[in-house]
Amino acid sequence: MEHTYWLVRLRRLVRMDYPLLFLLLVLALIGVMTLISSAGGDADLIQRQIVRLLIGFFLMFLLASVPIRAYRRWVPVLYLIGVVLLLVVLFAGEVIKGAQRWLDVWLVRFQPSELLKIATPMLLCALLAGNATIRPGFARTVLAFALLGLPAALILLQPDLGTAFLVAVSGLFVIFLAGLHYRWILLIFLGGLASTPFIWNALREYQRQRVLVFLDPQSDPLGAGYHIIQSKIAIGGGGFWGKGWMNGTQGHLGFVPERSTDFVFAVFAEEFGFMGICVLLAIYLGIVIRGMMIAVSAADQFSRLLAGSLTFSFAVYVLVNLAMVSGLLPVVGVPLPLLSYGGTSAATLLASFGILMAISSYRPMMRKVP
Amino acid sequence: MNERARQRLFLTRTRSAALAMLALVAALSFHLFTLQVTEHGYYRTLSDENRLNLIPSPPPRGLIYDRSGLLLADNSTVYSLEITPSLVVDMDTLLRQVRTVVEVGDDDLRRFRKALRTGGFTRSIELRTRLSEKEVARFAVLRHRLRGADVVGRLVRHYPYDELFAHAIGYVGAISRDDLLNLDQRRYRGSRYIGKTGIENHYERELHGRPGFRRVEVNAGGHLIRTIGGRKPRPGSDVMLTIDTALQEQAYSALGDHDGAIVALDPRSGDVLALVSKPSFDPNLFSGNFSERQYRHLLNSSAKPFFNRAVSGQYPPGSTIKPMVALAALHNRVTDMQRKIFAGPYYQLPGYSRRYHDWRKEGHGWISLDTAIVQSCDVFFYDTAHRLGINRLALFLEDFGLGSATGVDTTAELSGIVPSPQWKREALGQSWFPAETIIAGIGQGYMLATPLQMAAMAATLANRGERVVPRLVKAVRQADLWRPLPVAERKQVVTSPLEHWDYVIDAMVSVIHSPNGTAYRISRGMDYAAAGKTGTVQVSEIKHDYHDYDDLIRKEAPPAEEGLEDHAMFIAFAPVEHPEIAVAVVVEHGGSGARTAAPIARRIFDVYFGLLRAQFSLHASE
Repeated sequence: MEHTYWLVRLRRLVRMDYPLLFLLLVLALIGVMTLISSAGGDADLIQRQIVRLLIGFFLMFLLASVPIRAYRRWVPVLYLIGVVLLLVVLFAGEVIKGAQRWLDVWLVRFQPSELLKIATPMLLCALLAGNATIRPGFARTVLAFALLGLPAALILLQPDLGTAFLVAVSGLFVIFLAGLHYRWILLIFLGGLASTPFIWNALREYQRQRVLVFLDPQSDPLGAGYHIIQSKIAIGGGGFWGKGWMNGTQGHLGFVPERSTDFVFAVFAEEFGFMGICVLLAIYLGIVIRGMMIAVSAADQFSRLLAGSLTFSFAVYVLVNLAMVSGLLPVVGVPLPLLSYGGTSAATLLASFGILMAISSYRPMMRKVP
Repeated sequence: MNERARQRLFLTRTRSAALAMLALVAALSFHLFTLQVTEHGYYRTLSDENRLNLIPSPPPRGLIYDRSGLLLADNSTVYSLEITPSLVVDMDTLLRQVRTVVEVGDDDLRRFRKALRTGGFTRSIELRTRLSEKEVARFAVLRHRLRGADVVGRLVRHYPYDELFAHAIGYVGAISRDDLLNLDQRRYRGSRYIGKTGIENHYERELHGRPGFRRVEVNAGGHLIRTIGGRKPRPGSDVMLTIDTALQEQAYSALGDHDGAIVALDPRSGDVLALVSKPSFDPNLFSGNFSERQYRHLLNSSAKPFFNRAVSGQYPPGSTIKPMVALAALHNRVTDMQRKIFAGPYYQLPGYSRRYHDWRKEGHGWISLDTAIVQSCDVFFYDTAHRLGINRLALFLEDFGLGSATGVDTTAELSGIVPSPQWKREALGQSWFPAETIIAGIGQGYMLATPLQMAAMAATLANRGERVVPRLVKAVRQADLWRPLPVAERKQVVTSPLEHWDYVIDAMVSVIHSPNGTAYRISRGMDYAAAGKTGTVQVSEIKHDYHDYDDLIRKEAPPAEEGLEDHAMFIAFAPVEHPEIAVAVVVEHGGSGARTAAPIARRIFDVYFGLLRAQFSLHASE
């Protein structure tokens, strides 16, 4: 009796969604393998990424054990901290590659925008799940847009188009899943379309350049179009079976830019070919399907919205990165989940899966108690 | 109730979002399929073009040997810093970085910028050459950071004897824009140098070889990662000269500080044994760092070191043509072997008052044709020329090869002039004066010949009328086998009876071996019989009166102003019975042929026969 009790205690403590865990581990493994190739013998880089992944997984276990109620209670605080940090970064952050995104805390460089990738949709979930009617009311919806717009605008000011876009997307998914009327959606869409010229004017020169180059990469083959062209050559050169692990020439000879970070997919596609891509996509698809299953069978509206939003955001990350690397979207600087080198993004991602697991594991208990 | 409705709404929203996602995934998969499968060939080609580079491997240039196998021109590896402009992002920054590693002079920089502006035939442009080992090592450390710059080892022409063979062999220099128009660019891929003059130019086809290539993998920075394959270049063929280095060295030093030219031939084959032109220059300059300033300085030097006097220098042959005039006179029966005339201090054309002076003020008295050659009597030959007439004289001299190029296998050969009424009409548009016939009889006036022609003339005399074509290359090595080049057929160009030849050659022997010969002074200690003829050519033209100074008069005359001294000439061959060597010596402003030019010929003969003996003993001991 004694030991079963401890087992139950342990299972309550470490709440896991084992299919999700398995898929994430496989993905992390593929990521490390690709990194070994793309790092080109930089053992330091690989070591750092493995340490970060370990920290990420630990964070995931930790967050998986936090009760959903706690999230709901503390999310306004998290959101506030995030927004304050964003302001601090804007005025005192470290400039890396022309953008103010980083904050030095406890010897670790930390991007506050990563915190908001989770805090923002979560706050919106709490907000939109709180009303009594089926669909959220007008006032709540307007407030939701405002709460979403604030961090997105601050991140855009850094300027970090990619993260701002991802934060916005995660929030929009919450609003969409909460049941905003299609006629409102249509209206917002048309309004957005009408405001494109104003947005264009608000964009920074390098951002406009990216869009222009995306529209016609050949216009500047050695300059800004270089990224897209070289990346497409790498993917196309991989062929059906790929050139084999560690045999990619575009990646190894330095033709693919940012080959360990944003463009790591080009290295992967060159070495593993279309077959490899299919396997990779299957794993991503598996994760998304598992996430949707968790969302659909979640116990309450908050959990549902949160699980759905996190899952779809994850899918958008993957789609945007692949579309960007293969030349379908402008280069916006969105990393490929768990394949791209980079500590904060991997940690945030695994943290969001921790929350997803928390939702998943609290489900049976909630069901038992009506 | 609300909870269920909410759940249902969430489900439908999730479904539509999932469908939209699925559509995007399908579109993306289709796009990736197109890239990787449908258009794979196209992208694979682009990928290969990115990483693979064909680097031409220039062929090593053929080596040049002297007749006994001494190396006269070889190739040495020189490391150069080259910059490929198409890979450079910021040229100024790169140059600044490079200059911290490798010393780059202002001259180098100027030359580099000029090449950069004009754009060249090659992908990369040389910035500095002849890098030291230290510089190569220093560069290697920083190489990965200097995109577009690389150190390249190349074979560069090296002439171990420096200026000794500059005119005999010529030199190689950087391929110029003019060269580009005339050459097959495929054969010169990766090459930077081409034969500019002499053997290097005339035998360019043989010496150059065929380029190969290397297929290499390069990284995005343009640096070579590894070699994948390629074709080896076919080296240029080696060439063996007819020149004898020992003879060349002696001839070169015998000329001393004088400007002038020496050509020594083997009259049997036409092999050029020595070919010297002074002043000379160091041909290595052209394959190294040769600044524009240095080049201009040499080019504009009044001594004209680049001018190959041996084949391009045209001098009045002076009295050296007297044996030929004598043969012409005998042949045309305007005089015979015994007839004597009275030679006073000067000659006058019947009916004219102008006096043509002899070099000997008191004249020679009663004198026959052979003695006239021995003592170089001008009056006798004024008379003989007058009797012959210019046309018969010109025809005979042309038979000896004067007035036309010898056809030697090198560049820049000039043909000299044998004047005639027809030539004068065509060249100057003027009619012929009888006075011009008189001075043509002693090889002056309009008459011009190159030292090579004079040597060929001596060879034709030695061969008793058989003319040989001079040649500088004896054999060409193809596939490790020396293939001798065929000797041009000897042609009987002068058909005088044997007694005429004996008569004239005997007189030429007396020039050296008889006490009253003009070159008697060189006969002391000679253990072989040689035949020769001196010549002293006036440089400053004295308006109406023509003199042919020869020998002794110079003792009395005050030394002329520097630069105005006469040209000294000498032609000779030896041994008389079976001639093996014929020489022509021209010493600019050397004074007299007998005193300056003849001793040089003697020294060459001595070396030649001494050498020959040495070779025999060498063979005997084997």
